[in-house]
Amino acid sequence: MVAWSDQERSIITSIFSNLDYNDVGPKALIRCLIVYPWTQRYFASFGNLYNADAIKTNPNIQAHGTKILHGLDRAVKNMDDIKTTYAELSVLHSEKLHVDPDNFKLLADCLTIVIAAKMGSGFTPEIQETFQKFLAVVVSALGKQYH
Amino acid sequence: MNLTAKDKNTVRTFWAKISTNAEDIGTDFCLKIKSFFPPFFRMLVVYPQTKTYFSHWKDPSPSSAPVKKHGATVMAGVADAVAKIDDLRAGLLSLSELHAFTLRVDPANFKVLSHNILVVLAISFPNDFTPEVHVAMDKFLSAVFHLSLMST
Repeated sequence: MVAWSDQERSIITSIFSNLDYNDVGPKALIRCLIVYPWTQRYFASFGNLYNADAIKTNPNIQAHGTKILHGLDRAVKNMDDIKTTYAELSVLHSEKLHVDPDNFKLLADCLTIVIAAKMGSGFTPEIQETFQKFLAVVVSALGKQYH
Repeated sequence: MNLTAKDKNTVRTFWAKISTNAEDIGTDFCLKIKSFFPPFFRMLVVYPQTKTYFSHWKDPSPSSAPVKKHGATVMAGVADAVAKIDDLRAGLLSLSELHAFTLRVDPANFKVLSHNILVVLAISFPNDFTPEVHVAMDKFLSAVFHLSLMST
């Protein structure tokens, strides 16, 4: 059970309430596919991912990036039990999608970079620390049902 | 990790763009981004285990002289590595010996520092720090830190 201070809860809800999921989600996923190209292995059915421009304009990637952010939204709304909230998603990523759980951390790092670019000087070390703590809990929960 | 010619060009071009003074890139870079909490201090806050290497400093706050100085030293080292990008192994030899034999830093910490440098680049240059620049800088920093830590 993860403990969250009032300030940490406030930071996380504030960050997410100021996000355009249709913008940030795709940006984070696109960045992950370009910076860590092996992650493209999970999107073979998504069409043209042959170069950075193709990735950036691929509508399936766009849609999936948005979906990921909506998935994160569930964690934001259930911060006190992210593990249970994500149990089914963890099983999905393990049993059906066969995603190496190390990749969740890579996507989390890309999302951090995208949020940092968006918030600029507002992304202080304290806010970064809280945001990364939140993502670490999410990543851990997503890996919990792997066996 | 091998840097392609394209990676090296991307790094050189980006670094030149973000530095106003070619002679003093490291310090200048720190001056420009100091309002965004430089990478080194950011690392000490977000990853407190990294402070264990600096227990000899009485004051680890961002305004303290040792933190500012070491942050500038690190970024000057990165800037120097950009200049020596065509032969990093030779260029980083003395740093490699220092970190491997004298300082004995756990290599995992450099991944953390690298991440914080990338975060600060994203904050400072949101339009220039594209995914293409990000991947080239990530590979470059990995190579720099790998060579800085590994004994020959």
